Amino acid sequence: MTSAALGASPAAKGGAAALGRALRHVGFLPALLIVLIVLLVLFEPRFMGMFNVFNVLRNSSALMIVASGQMLVLVVGGFDLSVGAVIALTSVVTAKVMAVMLEASPDEIPMAIAAGIAAGMACGFITGLINGACVALLRISPFMVTLGTSSIATGVALLLTNGIPVYGMPDTFVKDFGRAIWFGLPMPVYVSLFILVLVWVMQRQTTVGRYIHAIGGNVQAAMVSGVNTNFYLILAYTLCGMLASLTSLLLTARLGSGQATMSGNLMLESIAAGVIAGVSLRGGVGRVEMVALSALFLSILTNAMNLLKINSKIQTIFMGVIVVAAVALDQLAKRRTRDARES
Amino acid sequence: MAEDGRNFESSLPDYMSEPSGNLLELTGISKRFPGVLALDNVDFDLRHGEVHVLFGENGAGKSTLINVIAGTFSPDQGRFLYQGRERRHLTPHQARVMGISPVFQEFSLVPEMTVGENLFLGRERARFSFLNKRAMSSKAREVIAELGFNLDPARKVVTLSRAHQQMVEIAKALLTDVRLLILDEPTASLTEAETIKLFALIDRLRAQGVGIIYVSHRMGEIKQIADRISVLRDGRKIATVMADAISDTELVELMAGRKIDVLFPQVDHRPAETLLEVSNLTLASGIVRDVSFHARAGEITGIAGLVGCGKSELIRAVFGLVPIAAGTVRLFGKETTSFDPASMLRAGVCYFPSDRVAEGLALARPIRENVSMAALDLPGFARGQLLRRNEERQTVQDIVDRLRLRPAQIEPAVGRLSGGNRQKVVLGRGLARDIKVFLFDEPTVGIDVGAKLEIYELMKTLLEMGAAIILVSSELPEVLHLSNRVYVMHHAQMVAELTGAQINEQAVLACFFRDENQTAPARQAAPVPAGATVA
Repeated sequence: MTSAALGASPAAKGGAAALGRALRHVGFLPALLIVLIVLLVLFEPRFMGMFNVFNVLRNSSALMIVASGQMLVLVVGGFDLSVGAVIALTSVVTAKVMAVMLEASPDEIPMAIAAGIAAGMACGFITGLINGACVALLRISPFMVTLGTSSIATGVALLLTNGIPVYGMPDTFVKDFGRAIWFGLPMPVYVSLFILVLVWVMQRQTTVGRYIHAIGGNVQAAMVSGVNTNFYLILAYTLCGMLASLTSLLLTARLGSGQATMSGNLMLESIAAGVIAGVSLRGGVGRVEMVALSALFLSILTNAMNLLKINSKIQTIFMGVIVVAAVALDQLAKRRTRDARES
Repeated sequence: MAEDGRNFESSLPDYMSEPSGNLLELTGISKRFPGVLALDNVDFDLRHGEVHVLFGENGAGKSTLINVIAGTFSPDQGRFLYQGRERRHLTPHQARVMGISPVFQEFSLVPEMTVGENLFLGRERARFSFLNKRAMSSKAREVIAELGFNLDPARKVVTLSRAHQQMVEIAKALLTDVRLLILDEPTASLTEAETIKLFALIDRLRAQGVGIIYVSHRMGEIKQIADRISVLRDGRKIATVMADAISDTELVELMAGRKIDVLFPQVDHRPAETLLEVSNLTLASGIVRDVSFHARAGEITGIAGLVGCGKSELIRAVFGLVPIAAGTVRLFGKETTSFDPASMLRAGVCYFPSDRVAEGLALARPIRENVSMAALDLPGFARGQLLRRNEERQTVQDIVDRLRLRPAQIEPAVGRLSGGNRQKVVLGRGLARDIKVFLFDEPTVGIDVGAKLEIYELMKTLLEMGAAIILVSSELPEVLHLSNRVYVMHHAQMVAELTGAQINEQAVLACFFRDENQTAPARQAAPVPAGATVA
């Protein structure tokens, strides 16, 4: 009976509704991205320069990886403010371990690299585990937990280095990995594509993805349905931490030194990328392919501002405005769909 | 009934292997929450192939008991025997694997996921955790078709009506091999037709030897499907009785622990001047089209209709919650121009939402703040922007006493109250200022008989004070017994106005059916004159 009544009105405006549905599915992000690229190509010749394109690709690859981790946490209904600090800590620890190992036995280069990478990934793993455990088991608000661990990780990183960059990593790690060009594209592009595919498959094709979405959508329902909610909550935070560490490895290898100040604006940008991609801050909704697009969008936008020589302080302000605007738009869209449903 | 059960069992080899005893046997179950003993030494048993109804007031322990059986809570004390074996530290997951399927009142669905995804949540068909989506979607279709529900597995749950969500919930419970089915007020949001389907399904399951625990407040359906009834009160089991050996009155007395003479009080209607007059109202969403009705002081005006007919949206629109496209609303003889809750409250109109948790109450805040929330602009509560806390406390305490809230305290958080008491707090808001027109939207949904009676009594008092009451309810007996005049809504339109002796169940149902048969060339004339039929 209800469905019959519902069926009558959409039939009249079926075409518009179909268009609206399609638009809601992909959003206005791809269109915005295309407009931005076209404008830059037309009016800013330096944009298409080889060096600049590589630069944009490297930056967006890094952001894509952190942001897809951030997305997993957003989808379970939390957020992770510690990704920036994890990036800094990983950078410092990786560089330090490699340098120390190399000093002890200068010939064991592969050994040193492996140990450095393992130590770096462990930073993200441990921080993520602590974040997840505090949120899931102690029921502390994700905001407070990750703010706290962020401060701890930053502190440790500064303590280890006194703020001075750590040099002494093997040349191979920097030249043959960090700054490598594979098949005509910077190495991080392949790493980020690999991660994106991995996360996409996990999200769409596996029970893990299903449960992460269910927890974000309605924890109670997931629990009643027999999902081990604590495990998947902790998993989401741990994966996020590890993806932040991976990002840090790519950045560190490229810079050639470990730096406690490396993360820059990546924490805020990772959340911004998620929100612009339509990841709900209430949890349960989010698609990694959209997050990748919006990471690309943000990187190009930053690049454009750099090319236009916009003051970096103004850029910071602009980024804040974008985040707030994206959240506001998300809210508005939600209200519209709710109104539409009531009809 | 026991004999019937055995007959069916012998025809089904599956259940012959079951131990001859009860499906479920609970002995001396106790469960304590901070501050309350929710279950106090409760014994409960369920046989194969029976419908065992749990009956009791809100807060009597029914929810806790079914949550213990479903593995959500583990009991502090007591023995839990299922299929003849003792089970300890049951988790929801284990319970489901053993064939215990709960259908909860608070939906266990994930809104942003599709129907199909929800059905399989927690037991996906997967190999090495890779989902087999095709197998799941065809199984989902199969189950839904078998149940006779009109559901699309690809739709997101958030876009479904409450009734359809309820169907998903039931389908989810029946997806696996069910031995013990728990239904917590399953008909609360179903239409008559859907309820009939559900009951047919329950009969089928019963014949297959499934044990069913059924929680309900509705006397009619309890008598219809129950084999045995267990009555709970204050966390204790009062009695277990055969359903056909007890009368309604006895049952209610067992539940309330006191004598309750009638389910509906005798209301004295003294219709006076018209306070609210709605003409040709059409909503922007189209869910109400060209509807006219009026309400007079001193009488209850009932609006009956099926779930989703637009009756609820109609009064929500009058209160300014839903946008109006066309038509006029006249209050106290003057045409209203500003439709928003604040203006309506100032004008003396108050709306009481059916979804008390979502729309009515701030659960974490004290009763006092919830009651005074809509009246803080009055000089009695605030001088300018400064709250007059003593006056507020005084006024709210008076209201709480009048409503017989138990305990009559004003500082506890509303979240700690039972359903009936929460509804009283919502109603208290209407008493905090000078309200002449009361719009009740499903005022007694989900609350127990005792609290219902008190709410009816309150309506009576309001009438004596000269108020106009509009009662929108899906519970037909309620509308029929309390109203002086009954409007019937169907498919967005007002199809009839019934008065006096015309107010009976057949007349109202006829209005629904007449519209159902509208494809027939000659429309059957309704057996009652349709007073306010709108073409």
